[in-house]
Amino acid sequence: MDFHRIKVYVNGKAYEREVESRRTLADFLRMDLSLTGTHLGCEHGVCGACTVLLNGSSARACLTLAVQADQCEITTIEGLAHADGTLSVLQQAFQECHGLQCGFCTPGMLTTLTELLNENLSPTESQVREAITGNLCRCTGYQAIVEAALLAAQKLRDQRV
Amino acid sequence: MKPAPFIYHRPQQLSEALDLVAQLDNYKIIAGGQSLMPMMNFRFVMPDHVIDLNQVTELNHISKENQQLHIGSMTRQQAIYSSALVQEHIPLVSQAYSFVSHRQIRNRGTFGGSLCHLDPSSEQPCFTAALDGVIEVASQSGKREIPIAHWTAMYMTPDLAPNEIMLGAKLSIWPKTHGWSFMEYSRRHGDYAIVGVAVLVNLSVASTIERISIALCGIDAAPVRLLNTESALINQAADESAIRMALGDIEKLPNIMEDALNTSDYRRHLAKTLTRRALLEAFERAKKRIS
Amino acid sequence: MNNHQEDSLLPHARPNQFIGSRMQRTEDHLLLQGLGKYVDDIPLTNVLYSAFVRSPHGHAKILSIDISKASQLPGVHKIYLHKDLPESAQTRLPILVPNPSIKHLMMQEVLVSKEVCCVGDAVAFVVADNRYIAEDACNLIDVEYEILPVVADCLKALDANAPSFFSGIPNNLAAQLNVHFGEVDSGFSQATHVVQEVFWNNRGSAHPMETRGYAAEYHQASGQLTVWSSGQTPHLEKKNLIDILKWDPEFIRIIHHDVGGGFGPKAIFYPEEAMVAIAAHDLLRPVKWIEDRREHFYTATQERDQWWDISIALDANAKILAMKIDMTHDNGAYLPWGIITPYIGVTTTPGPYVIPAIDVNLKVVYTNKNATSPVRGAGRPQAVFAMERILDKAARQLGIDRAEIRRRNFIQPEQMPYNNGFIYRDGKPMVYDSGDYPQCQALALEKIAYDDFPARQAAALKEGRYLGIGIANFVEGTGLGPFEGATVRVQQTGRITILTSASSQGQGHKTTFMQICADQLQVPLAMIDVITADTNAISMGIGTFASRVTVNAGNSVFLASQKVAEKIKGLAAFLMQTRVDNIQLLDGYAITIEDSSKKKSFADLARVSQGMPGFSFPEGVTNGLESTEYFSPAQSTYCNGTAAVELELDRDTCQINILKYVMTHDSGNLINPLLVDGQVQGSIAHGIGNSTLEDMQYDDQAQPITTNFGEYLLPMATDVPKVQMYHLFSPSPLNPLGVKGAGEGGTIPAAAAIVAAIEDAISDTGIFLTQAPMTPPRLFEILKKAGAYPTSTS
Repeated sequence: MDFHRIKVYVNGKAYEREVESRRTLADFLRMDLSLTGTHLGCEHGVCGACTVLLNGSSARACLTLAVQADQCEITTIEGLAHADGTLSVLQQAFQECHGLQCGFCTPGMLTTLTELLNENLSPTESQVREAITGNLCRCTGYQAIVEAALLAAQKLRDQRV
Repeated sequence: MKPAPFIYHRPQQLSEALDLVAQLDNYKIIAGGQSLMPMMNFRFVMPDHVIDLNQVTELNHISKENQQLHIGSMTRQQAIYSSALVQEHIPLVSQAYSFVSHRQIRNRGTFGGSLCHLDPSSEQPCFTAALDGVIEVASQSGKREIPIAHWTAMYMTPDLAPNEIMLGAKLSIWPKTHGWSFMEYSRRHGDYAIVGVAVLVNLSVASTIERISIALCGIDAAPVRLLNTESALINQAADESAIRMALGDIEKLPNIMEDALNTSDYRRHLAKTLTRRALLEAFERAKKRIS
Repeated sequence: MNNHQEDSLLPHARPNQFIGSRMQRTEDHLLLQGLGKYVDDIPLTNVLYSAFVRSPHGHAKILSIDISKASQLPGVHKIYLHKDLPESAQTRLPILVPNPSIKHLMMQEVLVSKEVCCVGDAVAFVVADNRYIAEDACNLIDVEYEILPVVADCLKALDANAPSFFSGIPNNLAAQLNVHFGEVDSGFSQATHVVQEVFWNNRGSAHPMETRGYAAEYHQASGQLTVWSSGQTPHLEKKNLIDILKWDPEFIRIIHHDVGGGFGPKAIFYPEEAMVAIAAHDLLRPVKWIEDRREHFYTATQERDQWWDISIALDANAKILAMKIDMTHDNGAYLPWGIITPYIGVTTTPGPYVIPAIDVNLKVVYTNKNATSPVRGAGRPQAVFAMERILDKAARQLGIDRAEIRRRNFIQPEQMPYNNGFIYRDGKPMVYDSGDYPQCQALALEKIAYDDFPARQAAALKEGRYLGIGIANFVEGTGLGPFEGATVRVQQTGRITILTSASSQGQGHKTTFMQICADQLQVPLAMIDVITADTNAISMGIGTFASRVTVNAGNSVFLASQKVAEKIKGLAAFLMQTRVDNIQLLDGYAITIEDSSKKKSFADLARVSQGMPGFSFPEGVTNGLESTEYFSPAQSTYCNGTAAVELELDRDTCQINILKYVMTHDSGNLINPLLVDGQVQGSIAHGIGNSTLEDMQYDDQAQPITTNFGEYLLPMATDVPKVQMYHLFSPSPLNPLGVKGAGEGGTIPAAAAIVAAIEDAISDTGIFLTQAPMTPPRLFEILKKAGAYPTSTS
C-alpha cells in the first residue's frame, strides 16, 4: 500500500492527512473528512453527483485522486452557504423553485451552477441547460433546476445594482 | 468500483518524468484522468505505477510560432476552448471543443491525454488531422516529431514508445481568409461523436478552392482524411459538385468501423450527412471572409 | 366537478388552507447543504465495508470456489459462501405475491448455492476494512464454473427444444394465464375492419442517482438488529428478514433516512440486504454494502421487455367491438414481484376506451437476464404503446384522423363509474371512478394547436424540415391498497409528530403529510415533525410504489389528524368547561371562540391526556392526543392523462428534437401542486428516456452489453423540454381527500406519443413504427430498408 501525506483546503479549512495513493478525492472527502455531501452516483465520470470545485473549477471528485488535490482549494456543497449558515442565493432559489426531489444529484448541480454564475450572471436558458448536461437528474426532469438557476442569476444581478 | 493498488509518482519536471518512464514497467500516465480514472475504477486497467504529469508545468502552454499554434500536451481542454489565440487563428478548434464532453471534464482533461488515448470517436485527434498536426514526443535520448498521419499505430494506441512522453503538437494556421467547420453527431450533448467531420477551406478571389482539408472521426482507428477529394477539388468551384465529390469519396471508403450500438452503414450515412453540412458551413464562412 | 386550471390553487381554496397550496418543501434545507443522510452517509462506529463476487456467466454450475488467497489479504475480515450462511438463510427468498398462474417459482438465494442463472448473481461476500480492499479480495477469489446453455430470447425460450434457464425447472414458462370478458369471437366476426400488429418494447431500468445500499448493526446490549436501507418498502424488508434470519419481530428495525430516488427497483427485497444483516450479526460490528453503478446494471431489476400481438375489431364507424392480445413478457431469471408487472400491463390496455370484449393470453417467460419488477409506469407504458399505436394504425387504415378515432371510442363522463371488464391487481373489478377523458384529450389538442398542425408541417416541409405530432391517452390505477397507516401524536412539548411507514425517495411526502395535518390542526408546518419509513414508528406497512402513498398514507394522516383535532377539542372543552363547538384551534392552542384569552396549549393538553395519577378522564374522552389510522381504500382510484408531442426529426441522423410537449393530467385534488408538477415533469423525463434513449441490451449469451452511463443513455437537461402541463380535477370519490396518485402518469403515455410523432414525421414513407425505444440507429435501419436513402450502399 502506497501512502502519501497531503494538505488540502476544503471549504476554507486546512486538513493534513495520510492517504493511500489510489483513494479518490470523493472517497477522501466522504471517508477521511466525513464530508458526505459529495455523492457517488456512477464512479465513471458521467452522472456528475460528485462534482466539486477544484481551485474554483468544476471537476469530478470520482475521477480525481486525493493525492492530486494536494495543496489545492476545494469547495464542496457543504461550503456553499454563508458563514452564518444562511443559504446562498442559488441554494435558496433551488428551494423556491422545487429544484430538488431526492437531493442526490443536488451537490453536483449546485457546484456546477456556482461555477456558471461565477462566470456569467446573465446566462440564457440554453446556456444553463448546456452547463448542467454533465449532471444527470432522475427526479426533476431538469425544468425546476433551470428555473432556479435563472432565478438566482436574476437575484444576483439585482444585488449588484 | 475502486482502482487496484498502484505506486504514485509525481515528477516536478519533465526530466524527472522522462526518467520514470524509462525505468518503470506497467505504468500509466495520469494527465487529466478523465479517461484513465474510469478505466482504473472499472479495473479495466491495473497499472503498477501511475505517473502524474500535472506538476510538469512546462507542458502546459498555448503559443504561436510563425504559422503554427503550439499546444502543450498538458494544456487543459477548457483553456484551449476559451483561448483568444485559438479563437483568432484556428477557430475550427474552438468550434470542435463546443462538442467535447462537458465543462467538468474539459476543466481537467488535457489535449495530450486525448491524443494519446486515441479514441476513434474523439474530436481532438480529428481536428489535429485536419490541421496537419505534428506531434512532438521526447525520451531521455531526445525529441522526435511524428506527423498526425503516422500517429496511430493501431486501435487506441499511438506510436509512442514506453520510454516516451508526448510534449505537445503543432497545428497549422490557415490564412485569415479561410473557412472552417466542425460538425458531429452524438446522441446527447457532449457524448462521444458517433461520427465527426472537420473541414478547412481556403478560396481564391474567384471563389475556387485553393486548398481544402477534410478529416473524419468515428470511421476508423485513426482519423480519416479524404485525400482524393482534397486534391481533386483544387481549382474547383466551392459548390454542390464539390460536395458530391466528397460524398462519393466517403461512399467508397472500404472499412468503416462497426460495433454493437452503431453499424457501419449508419456511420457512413452520418459521415456523408455531416460532411455535406460541414462543407456548406465552411464554404459560406470562406466566402464571407473573402468579400 | 371538472375544470382545469393553469393556476396553482385548488378551486375554492380558503386562505390559510394548507391543502392545495404550493408550499416549499421542509426536506430541502438539509439536503441543499449536503447534510442529507443517505445510507452511505450514516455515521456508524467501527463499520466494515463489503463487496460481492458475482457470476460473469448467464447460466453456469459452480464447481468450486477458492478463497484461500483472498482470506489472507490484510484488511479482510471474513468471506462468506452459501455454506457459511445460517441454515434458515440457505433457502430461496419468499415470493412477494403468490399467484396460482405461476407454474414454476424461481426466487433468488442469498448467495448462490449451486447454479447461477444470471450475470451478476452473487456467489461470495467479502467483508473488509474498506471497499478498496474488499474489491482486491474479490479479485483473488477463484470461482470455477461449468457453463450451461443460456436462454436469452423470450420467444425462442418457448421452443420445444429450448434449453431451460435453470436445471431445476423443466421449461421456461414461469406463468401463463388467460383473462377475457365479453363476446370476443363474435366481435371479430362482425367487424368491418380488423387491425393487427406486433409491438416490441425493450428493457430499461430506473437508475436512480443513488444506487442500492444496506447498512446493518446488531446492538448486543439490546439484542436489536437495525438495518438502514436505500429502499422503498421498509416493512417488506422487515418481514423478509424475520423469515430469513428467524428473528424475533420485536427486535428488528428497518429505517430509511434519505433515499436518492427509487422508481420501482428499490421496492423489492434483495438478497444483499439479508447478507449484510447476517454478517453484522455474525461479526458483531456494523457492516455496510453500497452497490456500485456497474452492479446496479447487473442486479437492480429492470422492465419493459415485452412482445405484444394485438388485434382490434372495429365497426364501420371505427368503434371498437373487440380486442385480442397475446403478450409475452421477458421476465429474467427470478420472480421477486411475482407476475404483477405484466398483469398490470394487460389490464391497463383498454385505457379510456369502451372495449366491449377482450381476450388476453399472457405468457411470463424465464430467461437468463436480470429479473424484472416494476419500473416507473410498471408495465403500463408498454400497454399504452400497444393500444395507442394500434389506434394510430387503425386511423391510417380507415382514413380517419387519429384524434377522431379516439374521440369515437372514449368512455364518456356520464358513463362513470365505468367497469372496464378486468379484475385489477388489487383483486377488485377495474372500475374507473372518475375522470373526463374526452375533455382531457380536447384540452391537450387545443394547447398544442393540433388543428393547425398540418399547416405547420407543410410549411416546414417547404424548408426541408420534417415535423411530426403524436398523441396518447392513458388511465392508471393508483392508490393501491390495502393500507398505509399513520399515527398523529401531540407530544408533551406541544409539537406534533406524524409517524408513518410510507417511505420517500424524493417525493416530498413529509411536506405533503405536514400540509394535511396542519390543515386539520391549524398549526404552522414548523410545529410538525414527520417520521417516515421506520418500522418502529408504526407496526404495519406496505411501501412506496404504484403511486399509492398520498392516497393511502395521506388519507391516514388526514383521518388521524381529524381524530386528534376532535380529541383536542373534547379535552379542552372539558378542562375549560365549555362546549366543544365553542373551541377553535390555532397555532398550537385550543381557544374558546367567545373569549380568546381562554385557551389551553397543545403541550398542556398533551400532558393531561397522557395521564396523571388519579386524574379520571370524563365520558367520551380517551387517553392520549394521538390516533393511528390505517386508511384502506375500497379499490384503486384511477387517474388519467393525455400526452401530445410535436417534434422535428432530422431524417439523416434520425435524431429528434421535441418542440412542444403538452401533458393534460388529472390526479384529482392536489395536496401540493408544486410537488405534483415536479412529479409530472420528472416522470415525463423517464418517458422521454424510454422513447429514444434508454436501450438496455443483452447479447445472445444473456451478457449485458450496455453496462455504464456512456452506453445506456439517460436524458440530460438538453433532452427534456419544459412540459406545458395542465391539471384537470376529477376528485376521487373513493377517499376523503379526493386524491389520486401522480408519480407515474407522465411516463406512461410518453413513448407512445413520441414514437407516433416520429412516425408522423416520416408519414410520406408509409412506415409504421412498432418498437420502443425508437433509437436513431434503429430508425435509420428501418428507413434504409424502406429505401429512404437512395444513394446508400446496402
